[in-house]
Amino acid sequence: MAESGGVEKRGKPVLVMGGGIAGMTAAIESAEAGCDVVLVEKGPYLGGRVARMNQYFPKLCPPTCGLEINFQRLKKNPGIEVLTLAEVEKLSGSPGAYEATVKIAPRFVTDACTLCGACEQACPAERTNDFDYGLSKTKAIYLPFKMAYPAKYVIERTACPEGCKACQDACTYNAIELSEKARTITVEASAVVAATGWRPYDAAKIDNLGFGRCANVITNVMMERFAAPDGPTKGSIVRPSDSKAPASAAFVQCAGSRDENHLPYCSAVCCSASLKQATYLRAQYPEMPITIYYIDIRTPGRLEDFYQKVAEEQKIRLVKGKVAKVEEDAATKDLLVTFEDVLAGKKVAEKVGLLVLATGIVPNTEGLPEGFKKDDFGFLARKGAKGGFIAAGCVSRPEEVSATVQDGTGAALKALQSVVRSAHHG
Amino acid sequence: MDKKLAVYICSGCSIGETVDVEKMAKVAEKEYKAPICRVHPCLCGKEGLELIQKDMAAEGVNTMVIAACSPRVKTAAFTFDPTAVIAERVNIREHVAWCQKPKDEDTQMMAEDYLRMGIVKAQKSELLEAVSDPISKTILVVGGGITGITSALEAAAAGYEVVLVEKQPQLGGFMSFVKNRLPQEPPYQGLEPNGIAEKIQQVLYNPKVKVFTSAKIARTSGQPGQFDVTIEAEGKATEVRVGAIVMATGWKPYDAAKLGHLGYGLSPDVVTNVEFEKMAASGQIKRPSDGKAPESVLFVQCAGSRDKEHLPYCSSVCCLATLKHATYIHEQNADAKVFIVYKDMRTPAQNERFYRFAQDHPLNFLTKGEVAKVEKSGDGKLSVSVTNTLLGEDLLIPVDMVVLAAGMVPNSADGEAIRAFEDAKLKAEKGDSESQRADAAKKADELKCHQGTEILNLTYRQGPDLPVLRHGFPDSHFVCFPYETRRTGIYAAGCVRAPMDSLHAEDDALGAAMKAVQSVELASKGKAVHPRSQDLSFPSFFLQRCTQCKRCTEECPFGTLDEDEKGTPKPNPYRCRRCGICMGACPERIISFKNYSVDMIASMIKSIEIPPEEDEKPRVLVFMCENDAYPALDIAGMNHVMYDPCVRIIPLRCLGSMNIVWIADALSSGFDGVMLFGCKYGDDYQCHFAKGSELANRRLDNVKETLQRLQLEKERIEVHQLAINEYDKLPGLINKFMDLIREIGPNPYKGF
Repeated sequence: MAESGGVEKRGKPVLVMGGGIAGMTAAIESAEAGCDVVLVEKGPYLGGRVARMNQYFPKLCPPTCGLEINFQRLKKNPGIEVLTLAEVEKLSGSPGAYEATVKIAPRFVTDACTLCGACEQACPAERTNDFDYGLSKTKAIYLPFKMAYPAKYVIERTACPEGCKACQDACTYNAIELSEKARTITVEASAVVAATGWRPYDAAKIDNLGFGRCANVITNVMMERFAAPDGPTKGSIVRPSDSKAPASAAFVQCAGSRDENHLPYCSAVCCSASLKQATYLRAQYPEMPITIYYIDIRTPGRLEDFYQKVAEEQKIRLVKGKVAKVEEDAATKDLLVTFEDVLAGKKVAEKVGLLVLATGIVPNTEGLPEGFKKDDFGFLARKGAKGGFIAAGCVSRPEEVSATVQDGTGAALKALQSVVRSAHHG
Repeated sequence: MDKKLAVYICSGCSIGETVDVEKMAKVAEKEYKAPICRVHPCLCGKEGLELIQKDMAAEGVNTMVIAACSPRVKTAAFTFDPTAVIAERVNIREHVAWCQKPKDEDTQMMAEDYLRMGIVKAQKSELLEAVSDPISKTILVVGGGITGITSALEAAAAGYEVVLVEKQPQLGGFMSFVKNRLPQEPPYQGLEPNGIAEKIQQVLYNPKVKVFTSAKIARTSGQPGQFDVTIEAEGKATEVRVGAIVMATGWKPYDAAKLGHLGYGLSPDVVTNVEFEKMAASGQIKRPSDGKAPESVLFVQCAGSRDKEHLPYCSSVCCLATLKHATYIHEQNADAKVFIVYKDMRTPAQNERFYRFAQDHPLNFLTKGEVAKVEKSGDGKLSVSVTNTLLGEDLLIPVDMVVLAAGMVPNSADGEAIRAFEDAKLKAEKGDSESQRADAAKKADELKCHQGTEILNLTYRQGPDLPVLRHGFPDSHFVCFPYETRRTGIYAAGCVRAPMDSLHAEDDALGAAMKAVQSVELASKGKAVHPRSQDLSFPSFFLQRCTQCKRCTEECPFGTLDEDEKGTPKPNPYRCRRCGICMGACPERIISFKNYSVDMIASMIKSIEIPPEEDEKPRVLVFMCENDAYPALDIAGMNHVMYDPCVRIIPLRCLGSMNIVWIADALSSGFDGVMLFGCKYGDDYQCHFAKGSELANRRLDNVKETLQRLQLEKERIEVHQLAINEYDKLPGLINKFMDLIREIGPNPYKGF
């Protein structure tokens, strides 16, 4: 038999947009097969949404465990160039020979940063911490999280007091460049992977569920931060209104999802996510009543094991029914939740101490170059994109981490095909 | 190679304020006669790195110890070509300066010990070599259904030769019997043409793909990059050499004979969803009993699935398949009534639109409920009683046909169980005693169902197929790394890995093909695959001293080692993941890597100074998994959490590579205690090498004997499962153990 191919003759790099778990996977998997990769991430760190989660379902393991391995793979691979605070502004060319204009915002901190932390101590200003969904503050110069890669501080310049250079003065290593300007570079690419991920649906739009109106209504992504040891409460799950333990907690499934007025699709992960979050609560509050209001519990495949295990062992009350209304008791800040108990066939109202909205997944497609096709819901369609344009992860469909990794790996093969083609034709 | 050692000590990031770096330098110069030893205020800066480069160029430095920050940071700055330079990093920032009292005697001792350990490690390391053996880059795909065909086509499109093996006479698998596929594109409402025929043509005419039908794998020997596979097709055996394998053997429907409680077998008009699909694909949906088109059909969802007595898992596709079948019925007869009785309707992601579309049909009646009974009624119809419905009442629904939405069972083979069966069978014949033979015979009988189920027929010592996890799926069980199997270079894809629809199976096929391609590319460069990708080290075996105890061959989680008749290990380096678990298992200490060995760690332990008893400075050795516990301790350092200065940390590739001789060495040389930190094990294991932490725990049973022999308290050894995010617990665990050790008192072997 004829000998098989490979990437002996290197083509142009693979351009990956998005440094979350899907994009990192696409980048690392293609680089380990021999491709050169340019990974472009909008934020200051890699790991995206998963870095902000406390645990993964169904194993209840910390996402940083897998991230650490991925960071190690990435650090050891000279074929991957990582650009953070970067966005693709323009993309031109044809399959196998694309040219991307990448705008890189200033970080104001250079590679000389050693993470010594002197700047952070010296900094007099604060900023709202988006990593914690606004639940905490950091200094204006901050490290996104302790295991962040790239391991470098970053400055939110708009938070700096006029003329302040306290951080620069404190830095012994000349790692701070307050005059750094945005720059634009050109990247050649044979294939473009869009792995720009998702954001939670804006819960404030779901009027009847009380988010923004009632202090103790939070979203599922906020719950991840409350439970995380590096979160705003160092892992203790408390009510935002009084920082005290809730007497009871409940989850509202399909908060926005499966609703023609909000997200007509199912966000696929929220059932398992709420079951997982119920275990966070149970670990801290062994006797607390925990309820999940759901339409259908959707735990496909082996996630069913997880569902059964949590339902049996964690004493969770599952109520099939849609929540109609959430009101706040002005004095106690408790919530009065009105829902239709479908199996009992009646409308019920009950008091809940902390209410978690299982908000859904919205794809991040803003600013993506033309050539990707979107479906009716705004996700990138799997088929019909321009040659060498590949969509992976939650930007193309709501899915759990494991499926996202599969997707990122598959995208890497599609990218490799373009690299190989461009090497032979270019 | 003649080693020229240089020791670099960084005093930046408050290291210089915490420890006396000049005194540390004396350790290198006096105790280890390091020809070059330099202290620098910022080693990772431009000037510091130039200093190192200059020493390499001008002084011929080829072995260096860099005492500075954690090896997890500044990786790019301090990474050198491992085939030309030995570079050892000593963590005196996160693990000393940031977590210990400044300018304290104990802190100084800690930093100096870490430097000693680093120097010894560098002295005991050898340069790595890039091995390049002839590697086949051909990909073998086992299974010619939609997953296998897709894997074959996609690997071929990336330039790889493919061998595709299908057991049936035709390609296509289950998809050949499918009328339509689910909606795949917006607006996710209309059914799609099957499309398998075109794909079959594409693969048959692809010059890079060699197809074998009516074929089976008679034998697979070798290792990634060098698998020798015997394919038997039409009475002829063909030998092929391939580099990696995609196992896409698909699924079979759950045995309907076990669904008698739902009426299967009661009447020919109770059929499974697969039978229904085939009927629809053949042109017309007819009632089997009289050939008439049904006017009413009831679907029983989760027929066998989500049922502890049958398939405990959800088969993922049956809800959507039933909605598709409802569409078929209405295409044929717009007035037919369709009843769907479900537990939960599971139509994730964009498929919700298809569900909504089906719900809107006036003649689709859906309810949550349980089918209590299916009976024949007098008029030739079936009568279905449904309880616990949403309507608040029990229903009796007369219908022409009942379709059972039966689930998916993976077409896998449990390699480890097959091996266990063969072992038991052998022991039943040749066991040493009557009772041993009887026990073995009983075990063989229990495992009999695995007999003859082989698929890949691997010649591996640990069994002829991939190990399976829960419910028979040869899945990795990792959330983060779903393709990692326990057999390097062999990747499962499609419904054999997890229940999924054909669209997901095609996506899955791509990912598995990518892993196969990657494994041959890395093998061709002598590099390890995930998780130690890029690693060039290989284990070597000093077989003259092997006692054929078979621990290494049994314990390797990846089935790397085969055995000869006597039980001597036969290495297959490209199967190896470089975790060192074999090294940890070997009581004779004959397995080593050039940069990781029993002797190396033992020497590091020996290099640690043990203060005499009267100093009241106990010493505790801590072995840590370098992937999880070690980074956790780094973060504790970043948080400046203080902990007891009497511990000495040694990171291990995996806790499973821990050789108990180190514990014996440590205790007999005066260490007062030993702590071990590995990853969680069991069903929800977090160990990156699947079995490492579990094996380390098992080995500790043997340590108890050592303790007894030395007449030491068993409390002197503690083992913990620690996750990477438990950095807040870690210092506390260390301190608590130190308190305990101080309470027990010093090790009487101190000073010997």
